Amino acid sequence: MIEKANLEIFAETLLSLAKKDKDIIVVTSDSRGSGKLTNFGKELPDQIIEVGIAEQNLVGICAGLSAVGKKVFGVSPSSFLTARALEQIKNDIAYSNHPVTLVGISSGVSYGQLGSTHHSIHDIAVLRAINNLNIVIPCDNFETQKVIQSAVNYSKPLFIRFGKKPMLKIHSDNKSFKIGKGIRVKEGKDLVFIATGETVQRAYQAIEILEKDNFKCTLISMHTIKPFDEYLFLQSIKNTRGIITLEEHSESGGLGEKCASILVQKKITTNFKIIGFPDEYMVNGSQSDVLDHYDMSPKRLVEIAKELIS
Amino acid sequence: MNIKDLQLKSIEYRKTILEIIYNSGAGHTAGSLSCIDILNVLYNNILDINPSNFNSIDRNHYIQSKGHSVEALYAVLCDKGFFTRKELNTLNNFNSHFIGHPTRKIQGIEHNTGALGHGLSVAVGMAIGLKLDKKPYKIFTLLGDGELSEGSIWEGLMSASKYKLDNLIIIIDRNRLQITGKTEDVNPLEPLREKFLSFGHAVHEVNGNSIKDLQSIFKKIPFEDQKTNIIIANTIKGNGISFIENKVIWHHKVPTKSEFQDALKELDKQTLSLKND
Repeated sequence: MIEKANLEIFAETLLSLAKKDKDIIVVTSDSRGSGKLTNFGKELPDQIIEVGIAEQNLVGICAGLSAVGKKVFGVSPSSFLTARALEQIKNDIAYSNHPVTLVGISSGVSYGQLGSTHHSIHDIAVLRAINNLNIVIPCDNFETQKVIQSAVNYSKPLFIRFGKKPMLKIHSDNKSFKIGKGIRVKEGKDLVFIATGETVQRAYQAIEILEKDNFKCTLISMHTIKPFDEYLFLQSIKNTRGIITLEEHSESGGLGEKCASILVQKKITTNFKIIGFPDEYMVNGSQSDVLDHYDMSPKRLVEIAKELIS
Repeated sequence: MNIKDLQLKSIEYRKTILEIIYNSGAGHTAGSLSCIDILNVLYNNILDINPSNFNSIDRNHYIQSKGHSVEALYAVLCDKGFFTRKELNTLNNFNSHFIGHPTRKIQGIEHNTGALGHGLSVAVGMAIGLKLDKKPYKIFTLLGDGELSEGSIWEGLMSASKYKLDNLIIIIDRNRLQITGKTEDVNPLEPLREKFLSFGHAVHEVNGNSIKDLQSIFKKIPFEDQKTNIIIANTIKGNGISFIENKVIWHHKVPTKSEFQDALKELDKQTLSLKND
């Protein structure tokens, strides 16, 4: 079932939480429209701070608001937030330990044809290397709602990213959600898909095809990249014939390489494939076209999966 | 505290700065000496921040954006009882929390700084937060003049103007030198006052090494209704030690043994002449 965009769920969830808690403050960098926060601005004008197109200032102000007791959400396109203001994220949020939630909207290649200036295929890698900053990438409406609810009183600096396209419903509403704990969506011993964010739905669609061909697959929504749920990862790959990781991110420094580092250090040898964006001048196109081009169409994933364990 | 007592304190603080830099073998000597009078007046006359109220949000706040002058901050915080001199003497030792830039691991320090151009936006965020809650407290932040080249400073200045942060006091340690040379040669800042005025702020200039002038300017806050207060504190980099003053090399030079002794002698003379005054 197709639901809303995670972006919309984020905005709705935040607005309903903020109506009940005046200490929730949103900071935007001319990004309230892109962040679906126009209503928030209208309904709670005293709880939104607008800094203009100034991401460095946005992050610094978030830290300051947090220092005087506010529950702060800094919302800006992930590409600008995590590159332009990286030093502010590192020093003013993470190193200074202010439990701000930074929300990278339109992450990955959500901006499609707008091109590489607007893509954030580096954000997981750079933020993974920053101490004291946790990273969550929700895959569907359920995870998005839960992570925003969890973020309000989360005690540590947090980065959340998602895209703006309507998403498949992956989880039932009675699943339990906890930052730092991945969710097993499907269970099967032939192949394990470890995916994060919007690529979970592509893995899900691929598995539906594979199941028709009698392949039994596990799907993990690894929504939290940091702290990484190593226990679930290791449990889920026991006795499998192959592992495929998927992320809307560069192959460098993301989910796949995190999994690879665990496998190597645990001396686990298995069929293993990282799917992300290669180090090249990337093709242009819609988010969907770009993901398809880089092996993330369900059809192509099925081919890769069969090859991997053949 | 009267002016003379504060002047005597400034001399003691200068001694502490030199001692901890000399003993630990590293530090930003001249910049700490240029801003120490400002910190002295703030912490002893204006801020009312002490170990017993520090953990509360409901007080004034101080963010030192020019983090490299942390030795000045250490000298004052030590005197205010946030930590002992013995603890401070671990500066730069392996695993000591006392490092070459401010961190919140040290009681009394509000924000980790060091990379330049960060403190103002944080101070702006705090000032907005206090205003939202209609709290009467003020945010003070000390900026170096060299760091005014950072674009983020001007982003912060725009937000301060937009949100009419009259509870924010920005002090510029205008010592006119940075690591490469004169600020006006490296990247000219002037006309600085006019720049701040054009951003909509209320600006005053003061001799930033004069206790008396600093006291009187802080008493004038808020300078104007609904405007951010900016104090251009004209200082001498290395102030108080003749052979350090206005010398670029002293940005982070550590005194030799004989320089250290000469400096202490100069400071002792200053104490003596003040006491006989």
